[in-house]
Amino acid sequence: MFSNKYIFIYSTILVVVSAAILALAAVGLKPFQDKNIKVEKMQNLLGAVSIESTPKNAEELYNKYFTQELAINSKGEIVADYSSGKLNKGKVRPFDINLKAEIAKNKGLEDLTKSKAELPIYVCVIEGKKKYVIPIMGNGLWGGIWGNIAIAEDLNTVVGANFDHKSETPGLGAEVTTKEFQKQFTENKKTIFEGKDFVSVEVVKRADKTNSHQVDAISGGTITSNGVSDMIKNCLKFYTPYFNSNKK
Amino acid sequence: MGKINLKLIKSPFNKENPITVQVLGVCSALAVTAKLEPAFVMAISVTVVVAFSNLIISLIRNTIPPRIRIIVQLVIVSLLVILVDQVLKAFVYDVSKQLSVFVGLIITNCIVMGRLEAFALNNKPLDSFLDGIGNGLGYAWILIALGIVRELFGSGSLWGYKIIPQSFYDIGYQNNSLMIMPPMALILVGIIIWIQRARNKDLCEK
Repeated sequence: MFSNKYIFIYSTILVVVSAAILALAAVGLKPFQDKNIKVEKMQNLLGAVSIESTPKNAEELYNKYFTQELAINSKGEIVADYSSGKLNKGKVRPFDINLKAEIAKNKGLEDLTKSKAELPIYVCVIEGKKKYVIPIMGNGLWGGIWGNIAIAEDLNTVVGANFDHKSETPGLGAEVTTKEFQKQFTENKKTIFEGKDFVSVEVVKRADKTNSHQVDAISGGTITSNGVSDMIKNCLKFYTPYFNSNKK
Repeated sequence: MGKINLKLIKSPFNKENPITVQVLGVCSALAVTAKLEPAFVMAISVTVVVAFSNLIISLIRNTIPPRIRIIVQLVIVSLLVILVDQVLKAFVYDVSKQLSVFVGLIITNCIVMGRLEAFALNNKPLDSFLDGIGNGLGYAWILIALGIVRELFGSGSLWGYKIIPQSFYDIGYQNNSLMIMPPMALILVGIIIWIQRARNKDLCEK
């Protein structure tokens, strides 16, 4: 028979040894895992401007096309600037900004110009044309959804969009990741401004294809579609001061 | 000894198959087999976890107080599962995203605990290890078979490579989207069980 003392000592040693092994593994594998996450982010950004990439060449393509990373505050001022491999202004590289934490600072604020958030904007140059990519994040039906919106040099026309999700329903809400859905944002010239006013691009049922602020929602995926719509609106609205002051 | 050892690996392939005979680990077999690659990685992961947890438990079997043996087993199994999960995240990130929560759920996969209780606690380390390999591979071949059928007919590809040529689609062939839904996996498992029982009459209940 085993005494109580034996059992206590036995389980303590077992747990301590297991914990030590796990801690060691977590520390040892972290660099690889972080690199994977970074590469995935680069692939998503490249996807928004319709550049196909593989995990192998993502970094190379990213460095080739994305010439500048900026961080913008709610007044539209540039608070960080990263280009040609070094940080020229600010403390944190815009690429490393914790988007979730920054976007959370906007929650519940009527007037976004009072927000303390600092959000990134990526500048890329493809065949001489400048494009701005803005990462967005929001909620779908079952979990988080996120993506990127690419905007042309006029800071108005949408030239690309891609979305991803954590756990939307396959075949319904999860269809936001398909090319067919995302293609709508680049067809028929969608714009985020109407004159001087910010109106975003909405995802609505039975959208009018010729309306430059509407795309068709996914049937059976209403809540996810609304989530995408809100996400675009809430995230892009923050950048309006920047857009207005830099528009030509 | 050699003869007995071989039997430990062979029998789970057919008459003691964890999925089709013992009906364990069905949940993950339905969830991760829509494509071949995740099915394959899942199969390998489970095999590694069963084999090594069997080995470790068997090595320390005489020191484990019976009153806390389930907890000890759980600690060892979860240790291995978290290790596997971390390794997948580091080296096959894409696949680990597809498998998502199911890697973590290997902890609750009945095959693992079942083999520990039924075999590793009473047998020598080498035999236990082989038993783990055998049961893992028994689980693996079902997953891989399901993965092949479901990906081929559901997405027209294997391991992500297009198999069914575009000309087929041009003349009206369509992917069977029921194939990528979990119910179809259940039907396919049923068909495998049917074939297996038709060939081994002694598996049928009286």
